[in-house]
Amino acid sequence: MEKSAETVGSVDLKPPASDVGALGWIKTNLFNTPFNSFLTLLILLCLYKTVPPFIKWAFLGGVWFTNGAQCKVAEGACWSVVTQNLRFILFGFYPYEQQWRPAVAIVLLIGFLLYSRERRHWNRKLLVAWPLGLAVMGFIMRGGIFGLPVVETTKWSGIILTLLLAIFGLTAAYPLGVLLALGRRSQLPAIKMLSVIYIELIRGVPLISLLFMASVMFPLFLPEGITVDKILRAQVAIILFTAAYIAEVVRGGLQAIPKGQYEAAESLGLDYYQKMRLIILPQALKIVIPPTVSILISAFKDTSLVVIIGLFDLLKTTQVTLSNPEWMGFSAEAYLFISLVYFAGCFSMSNFSRRLEDELRT
Amino acid sequence: MSAVTPDPKDPSQLTHSAGIPFWHDPAKRSVVYQAVALVLVFLAGYYIFSNTQANLRRQSIATGFGFLQREAGFAIGESMISYSAANTYARALFVGVLNTLRVAFAGIVLTVFLGIIVGIARLSTNWLVSRLAAAYIEVLQNIPVLLQLFFWYAIFHDSLPLPRQSFNPLPGVFVNNRGFYFPVPASDPVYPWMGAALLAALAASWLMRRWAKKRQDKTGKRFPALPVAFAMIVAFPLVVWTTGGAPTHMNMPHLRGFNFAGGISVSPEFAALLLGLVLYTSAFVAEIVRAGIQAISRGQTEAAMSLGLRPGLVLTLIILPQALRVIIPPLTSQMLNLTKNSSLAVAIGYPDFVSVANTTINQTGQAIEGVLMIMIVYLFFSLATSAYMNWYNKKKALVER
Repeated sequence: MEKSAETVGSVDLKPPASDVGALGWIKTNLFNTPFNSFLTLLILLCLYKTVPPFIKWAFLGGVWFTNGAQCKVAEGACWSVVTQNLRFILFGFYPYEQQWRPAVAIVLLIGFLLYSRERRHWNRKLLVAWPLGLAVMGFIMRGGIFGLPVVETTKWSGIILTLLLAIFGLTAAYPLGVLLALGRRSQLPAIKMLSVIYIELIRGVPLISLLFMASVMFPLFLPEGITVDKILRAQVAIILFTAAYIAEVVRGGLQAIPKGQYEAAESLGLDYYQKMRLIILPQALKIVIPPTVSILISAFKDTSLVVIIGLFDLLKTTQVTLSNPEWMGFSAEAYLFISLVYFAGCFSMSNFSRRLEDELRT
Repeated sequence: MSAVTPDPKDPSQLTHSAGIPFWHDPAKRSVVYQAVALVLVFLAGYYIFSNTQANLRRQSIATGFGFLQREAGFAIGESMISYSAANTYARALFVGVLNTLRVAFAGIVLTVFLGIIVGIARLSTNWLVSRLAAAYIEVLQNIPVLLQLFFWYAIFHDSLPLPRQSFNPLPGVFVNNRGFYFPVPASDPVYPWMGAALLAALAASWLMRRWAKKRQDKTGKRFPALPVAFAMIVAFPLVVWTTGGAPTHMNMPHLRGFNFAGGISVSPEFAALLLGLVLYTSAFVAEIVRAGIQAISRGQTEAAMSLGLRPGLVLTLIILPQALRVIIPPLTSQMLNLTKNSSLAVAIGYPDFVSVANTTINQTGQAIEGVLMIMIVYLFFSLATSAYMNWYNKKKALVER
C-alpha cells in the first residue's frame, strides 16, 4: 500500500486492466461503440444458430466410407459420395489401372508451381524447364514411350482436363495478349483498328458464346474431311477469350510507362522491337503482374464452362457421379468438395499475387 | 500517322528520297506491314467464308434469318409476355431476351446493394464484422460461378420438399422444390393510383432537391432534403391507399392439384441463377467499394471534420463523391460481367436468351445465325451499359480548372 502510494504521480502508471490483454482487445475490437456491440452480439447469435448444426451435419453425423444405401439412412452429410468416387471425379475416363500416371503428372506440376513461387528462382533455366516439364507431363499421360500404353486425349477428363485447359490456355493466351496490346498501342492505324475490334468484340460477348462457336460453328469453317478434336476447339476458344482480357491489362501497363522511357530508348537508336523487348515490356509486364494473376484466376475458374458444351472436366465428372442412382441427392457434399479444390487453386494464386505485389512495390 | 504527314522533327523524313531501300524507310515499311496484315485477315476471312459456303451447300442448310418466322414448337418455362409453342422463333427469342434482362436487372440492383454493404463491413472497426466480410469475399470470389449456380440449384431442387410438404415460414409464403410462392395484394382500382402517387412523390422530391440546392447556394442554409423526400415517397401512396378504402385483400398462394396457384412465384431456376450471380459478383463489388473508400486519404475526412461537418455529411459530401469516381469504372465492368455470366442460365435450365437460342440452334441447325445473334445481343447489352456508365462517369468526373 505504501509503495503504491509512493509511485502515484510517477510515469509508471499501468493502464486499466480493461484496456490491455484479451479484455482490452475485445473492448477495442468488438465493443468500441454501441452499434458495434449490437453487431457483435447479432453475429454471435447467428453463428450460434448456424455453426453447431453445420458441424453436426458435416462431421458428427456425417458418414465417410459407406455405400449409397447406408448414406440414405445417415443423419448427416454423405461424404462417401466423394470418397467412393474420388478416382472417377478426379481422373474421369482415364483407364483405372493407369491413373497413377496423371497423379504423377499432377504432383510434378505442383512441384513446378511451388518451385516457381520463389522470385529468386526466376531465371532463363526455369523458362526452359517449364515447356520441358509440361512436355514430360504430356508424355507421361499420353504414353507410347517406355512401354507405357497409349491413352488418347479423348480419355483425359476430370481434373486433368481442367488443368490442361487452364495451363495451355494461359500459356498460349499470354503472348497473344501481349501482341494484341502492342497492336492496340501501335502507330499503324490498320493494325490498331484490327486489335481494337478484336479486343472489344471478344470482351463484349460471354465466353459461352465463344464455346458454342467452337463446338457448333467451327466445324463449318473447315474444309470437308478435316475435323479438329473437340477439346482442342474449346481450348482455342478459351485462348482467344483470355487473350483479349490479358491485352487490356497489358495495355494498362504500357500506358503507365512514362513517355521519357520511350523517348530514351529511341534516342539510343533502338528500333521498335529492341525498344519494346529491352526497355518497355520488361517494365510494363512487371507492373501488371497482380492484375494478370487475377485474369489467370478467372480463366482457371472459367474452364468450368466447358461443361455446357459437354466436355468432361472436373465439374462434369462430379455431375456424372451424381447422376448415378446410388449417389443421387448428395450434390451438396460433392459440390462442396470440388468447391474446395477450385478454392485451393484460386486462393493460392491470389495469395501469390498479393505477395508479389508487396515484393514488387518499389 | 507519320506515313501521311511530313514531320520535320522525324529524321527519316529528311533523308526520304536519298535512295534508301524501302525496307529501311519507316514510312513505307509501315504501309507494307499494314497491307500485309489486312491482306492476311482478308484471306483468312475469305477462306472461312468459302469453306462455310461449301459446307452449308453440302449439308443443304439454308442460310439467312427466314427461320425466325417459323413456328418454334417448344415451350418456355417462364415468360414475361404471353408465349406458347405455336409462336414464332422470333417471339421465343424475344422471350429469352426479356428473361435475360429480368435476371440481369434484378441481379445488378441486388449486387450493388449487397456489395456496398459487404465492402463497408470489410472496413468496419468491428473485428468480427470485418473478418466475416473478408471470408465472404475470399470464399465467393474463388469458386467458379457455374459451380455456385449448380450448388444453389441442387440445394433448391434436392433439399426442398415436394409441394404437398411445403415449408411455410410465414403465413402465405410457401417454399418447395417447384419454387417460392408469395402472396400479392389482390388487384384493386386503387393500386394504379398508388403507383401514380409514387411517381408524383419522386418528381416532387427531385424538384425539391433542386430547390434546396439552389437555396443552399444562395443563402448557405441546408434543407433536410433526404428525410423530406423519404417522407413524401412513403406518405403520398399511403394517403391514396387510405382514401381508396384501404383494401387489404391478398391473393394467397394455395395448393391446387400438384402445385400452387395464386400469388406470385419464383422458379427455383431463377432463384438459383439470381442467388449465384448476386453472391459471386457482390464479392467483387465489395472489393471495389473497399478499394474506392480506402483510396480517399485520411486527410479528407479530417479536413471535413475540422470544418465542423457531422459524420453523415462527411460521408455524403466529401468521401462518397470522391470514392465514386474510383469505384464507377470497375463497377461497370462487374455489371457487364454479371450480365454476361447470366448466360450460364443455360446450364441450369432457366430460359434466358442463350438457352432459347441454343434450343433454336439444335432444332433448326442454324448454328451461324444463332451464335451471331447471341453475340450481337450481348454486344448490344455491353455497349449500352458502358455508354450509360461512361455518361455517368463523365458527370461525376473531377472538373479540373
